[in-house]
Amino acid sequence: MVGNISWLQELWRYRELFYFLAWRDVKVRYKQTLLGVAWAIVQPLLTMLIFLMLFGKIANFPTDGTPHALFYYSALVPWIYFSTTLAFCGNSLVSNSNLLTKVYFPRTILPASVALSGLVDFAIGAVLIIGLLGYYQIVPDWNIFLWPFLMFLLVLLTYGVGMILAALTVKYRDVKYAIPFIIQLGLFVTPIIYSPSTIPVEYRKFIMLNPLTGIIEAFRTSLSPVRPMEWGMLGVSVVFTVAILVAGTIYFRRAERSFADLV
Amino acid sequence: MPNAVVLENVSKQYQIGHAQHEAMLRETIVNWLGNLLKPKGMTFESIWALKKVSLTIKTGEVVGIIGRNGAGKSTLLKILSKITFPTDGVMEVNGRVASLLEVGTGFHDELTGRENVILNGSILGMSKAEIVEQMDAIVAFAGVEKFIDTPIKRYSSGMRLRLGFAVAAHLNPDILIIDEVLAVGDAGFQKKCLGAMENIRTAGRTVLFVSHNLAAVENLCSRVIWIDNGEVRQDGEPKEVIQAYMASFGEGKDSGFNLTEVRDRRGAGSARLTAFELLDMNRNTIKVIRSGDRLVMRFCYLAHARIAHPIFGIRIYTELGTLVTEMNNWMTDFEIPFINPGVGYIDLEVEFLNLMPGRYSVTLFLGAVGPLFQDLLDHCGTLEIEPSDFYKSGRGIESRFGLVFMPFKWQQACPVESVAASMRTGS
Repeated sequence: MVGNISWLQELWRYRELFYFLAWRDVKVRYKQTLLGVAWAIVQPLLTMLIFLMLFGKIANFPTDGTPHALFYYSALVPWIYFSTTLAFCGNSLVSNSNLLTKVYFPRTILPASVALSGLVDFAIGAVLIIGLLGYYQIVPDWNIFLWPFLMFLLVLLTYGVGMILAALTVKYRDVKYAIPFIIQLGLFVTPIIYSPSTIPVEYRKFIMLNPLTGIIEAFRTSLSPVRPMEWGMLGVSVVFTVAILVAGTIYFRRAERSFADLV
Repeated sequence: MPNAVVLENVSKQYQIGHAQHEAMLRETIVNWLGNLLKPKGMTFESIWALKKVSLTIKTGEVVGIIGRNGAGKSTLLKILSKITFPTDGVMEVNGRVASLLEVGTGFHDELTGRENVILNGSILGMSKAEIVEQMDAIVAFAGVEKFIDTPIKRYSSGMRLRLGFAVAAHLNPDILIIDEVLAVGDAGFQKKCLGAMENIRTAGRTVLFVSHNLAAVENLCSRVIWIDNGEVRQDGEPKEVIQAYMASFGEGKDSGFNLTEVRDRRGAGSARLTAFELLDMNRNTIKVIRSGDRLVMRFCYLAHARIAHPIFGIRIYTELGTLVTEMNNWMTDFEIPFINPGVGYIDLEVEFLNLMPGRYSVTLFLGAVGPLFQDLLDHCGTLEIEPSDFYKSGRGIESRFGLVFMPFKWQQACPVESVAASMRTGS
């Protein structure tokens, strides 16, 4: 217990490094890519257009009355945050091996700063949502005020899973090849291209085991007053997120003792 | 005064073979399943990089840590700076620690000089307020004012190092841990760095300092710890410890040295030096060398491949590690087109050994064009240079007269009487 308190105190002492590393990630990412900031819009926008063609026009998946474009886009913004950040998180220790072997700081700052820096892309991508709401003349109900909470939950979940993947990547070099595959599967087991309501009730509890389900569905519902808020689903997500965060922290702290020797 | 660092029986074990063969989750799962069916203990080959090291370092001490490559110095620093955990033992550190195991840790090519100063300072434990306050001083110290808002990918390697060291020189920790970072930059910048080290010392901070530059260690440190084979071999007065350390290089060797047994060597290894012999001009082995001798140094080698344009060389150091001289065939434009695979030797004729009597440490190397060493043996042997009666005066030349001696002759320009007369008249 004493160890945990001093660990938290230490995290607090290193908060500036945490901001600076996040700031570095943001700066470097926009300097290195050709499209820069535009990438944060182009990626969800193009994906949304493809989904619109494939699942909206051709397959004609039901969206419970939410306009297709908004239906996909409002789920894609958090999903792209999750998937991109998770890939960066998983790699964050290995790609900063020069820091791990030369300086001490609480190691968890690395995946945490990645989770923080990803929010910039998230915010830029979310700007287009305002345009979509205007275009469809939708006025969100009070659930819109859930956004800060939902974002916080999403960041914690991403950070929790990212920590575990980062520690595993240091120890096992084949994990980095598994991460893209896991992310690819995630796109299908999370209600992004379909609505949870289209899944037969007896199977619905399985997709609820995916903590991302409740969060992404809540993001979508908060923009679309015609959808009922699935509080139960969101509650399950909160419980799972906390569990993953605690388990991830315990595993990470146990593994971090050998990071510098293995990386 | 409280202790800055206390180590009790600290040991560090590394698993070897483990690092080259990277662990795979897939294999681990397969092994684990296999072990369920057929239980057997997993065995790893391991080495102890540190063995039961106990140390107490008081606040304000400046401690030099010396030892050969692979003796455990770096492991000790990594444990002290909390980068790696000891396998066994207890460590207590009181105060804010900054470790400089590298200059410019975390520098990113795409960021500007200023941005990198902020990032690097933060990584080394400076607060934002401190960095902002010191920014101008850091930039001036590095001498990169004109380029501070240019991405450092456009910097020369020298500019990068200077910027990195400038940040380091403005750190303000309670305990500073430094590894070999003084070996950077040109002479002027090194002087600046040593000046910065002096300031740290006079500011009463605790400093732990690993270096191969024994002269710097002796100059800066109030205490020296010699780590040998993972253990503290000697701990005490800088001069005593450094001398004992240098003397250890000659352990068990005669005037020439057989080099085949030397483990502590670097380089590509396509050719190795096998022996270093001291001969007279008739190529007979000599037992004793004296100041002013004419002699031949023979480099024997074994080449596994044809080496084009090899460069043979010797560096002679004082007991305290100051480089006295280097002799290599590149300097004299003596081109060796190539050496063929197999054994061979090359002779270096020293016309006049103008070193004062004493004990010198020798580094030998076999290189090729460019920075590539085939074989580099740091401090692989000792030269004992005996006093000689070079001037046949019966008085001899001795080590108390310095390091080098130049053949000299005294002449009197005018008779003694007239000198005395002119002194009296004051003209």
